[in-house]
Amino acid sequence: MPSAQSRRSTWLWAAAIAGYAFLYLPLVIVVVYSFNDSRLNAEWVGFTLDWYRKLAQNSEMQSAAANSLIIGFVTSLVSTALGTMAGVAMHRYRLRLLPILVLTPIAIPEILMGVSLLIFFVLLNFTLGLVSVTLAHIAFCIGFVAIVVRSRLAGMDESLTEAARDCGASPWQSFRFVTLPLIMPGVVAGALMAFTLSIDDFVITFFTAGAGTVTLPLQIYSMIKIAVTPEVNAVSTLLMLLTLFLIVVATKLSPSLLRSNEES
Amino acid sequence: MQRRGEALGKWLVSGPPILYLLLFFAIPALIMVLASFRTPGEFGGLAPLFDEDGKPDLNVDSYVRFFTEPIYAQIFVKSLIYALLTTLICLVIAYPLATLIARSPKKHRDLLLLLVILPFWSNFLIRVYAWMIVLGPQAALARTVNGVLAWFGVEPVSLLFSWFAVLVCLVYVHLPFMVLPLYANLEKHDQALLDAAQDLGANTWQRFWRITFPLSLPGVYAGAALVFIPALGIFAIPDILGGPDDSLIGNVIKQQFLETRDWPFGSVLSIVLTLAALALAGLAAWVGSRSTRREASGA
Repeated sequence: MPSAQSRRSTWLWAAAIAGYAFLYLPLVIVVVYSFNDSRLNAEWVGFTLDWYRKLAQNSEMQSAAANSLIIGFVTSLVSTALGTMAGVAMHRYRLRLLPILVLTPIAIPEILMGVSLLIFFVLLNFTLGLVSVTLAHIAFCIGFVAIVVRSRLAGMDESLTEAARDCGASPWQSFRFVTLPLIMPGVVAGALMAFTLSIDDFVITFFTAGAGTVTLPLQIYSMIKIAVTPEVNAVSTLLMLLTLFLIVVATKLSPSLLRSNEES
Repeated sequence: MQRRGEALGKWLVSGPPILYLLLFFAIPALIMVLASFRTPGEFGGLAPLFDEDGKPDLNVDSYVRFFTEPIYAQIFVKSLIYALLTTLICLVIAYPLATLIARSPKKHRDLLLLLVILPFWSNFLIRVYAWMIVLGPQAALARTVNGVLAWFGVEPVSLLFSWFAVLVCLVYVHLPFMVLPLYANLEKHDQALLDAAQDLGANTWQRFWRITFPLSLPGVYAGAALVFIPALGIFAIPDILGGPDDSLIGNVIKQQFLETRDWPFGSVLSIVLTLAALALAGLAAWVGSRSTRREASGA
């Protein structure tokens, strides 16, 4: 019987390793070829940093990166404030409308939000650009922040706030000096998550950016529609490093992030 | 006084996010529903809501068009098939992964799980682009496949810009959504059940089909909903990796809004897509909760 047991776990390991390889090999290839001294992403020729140098001189790419960072920063700031409020409200009060408004944008196909915001902005004669993209990004990030904050609140000892109130703290004081410090890791994790989601978003940005405004994903999209070039590998590698860094920080701050992901 | 303060606090905290999401999510969605009943403008967009006589110009022409021109129903069915295949393949790949993570020592689980989620956090377009390289005509995979085909005397094929590329990438992008709920379910399984079955003479296969799999159904349904909905509305993957015949419903929506600029029809397509996605997710949730109840009642 033990042999059957170990044979089964060998199979399981083999299947799981194949699964992990499937997840990582394509990304590893992107990174490796970003250092490859060949225009074709086909076989290894030799090591070079040329593609990164090219990237440093590419002014289109730089303005796209600047746009992405500005949008990401403002989105993260505003959606964290609104998302934290939503998370606190959903935890503390029995509300009907708010949970629907917070969770539906996460549950419906992304393209719906993109096209409905396009109609909305155009009908209002609102110029499509940085501002419209940022407003759209905030709308879809609020839900993710709210979920992270609420899951943090769910693990909190409610008696602490009650104690503060009993000692004469106003609702604002008890929030500011008791609740907020306790949920801070969740709030910061939510902010980093919103920043990452905003920097990465393609679909909603695609519909709300208009002709003149380009973000990193839009720039990558127009480059790969024309040709595959290792410059895209280089920018992809840098973006992956940035995301990796943010995620490591976020999961360090709020281990529950792992669980809140599957909720969405 | 106390109660009025409480109500005020409630509105101060929940008011701003409610207002923001009403303005930038709910109202645009309602405007789109209204737009689906309007007439397309002469130069794209929407015709004026009120005609010369001041009567509102609302009709169901765009809905009629969706149901009478078979090409759209065909594309819709094709999108459903792609999304369904994606869900099934994700399930087959995710099951061993989730099982392995659930059975590994507790201290390794978080890391193994993080390794599944990590690629999901890298930019969506990068993950699509990666497959352009892997499946590219000069790459090792295409050369091997075509080498084998040439051996059988078959014409070389292009892996890129094909239904195959679209499906592989759809699976790739959505796989973590299947692993997470499956893991969350499998992790709770009681090993004693399997031991008992083994003592009663059930073999590996029987233990899986009669115990593990039925118990994991809620996780399977949750994962299926999380994969199926985004896969149904995708447009970037067929756009980048597909050939001319691989357009899905998302591509048609994009085309209606940005190229043809027929907003009412684009709105109809978006609404049908969302209703289909929500209906199927609702179905999955319903079936899932039913099987959980059955499991709880021991039947």
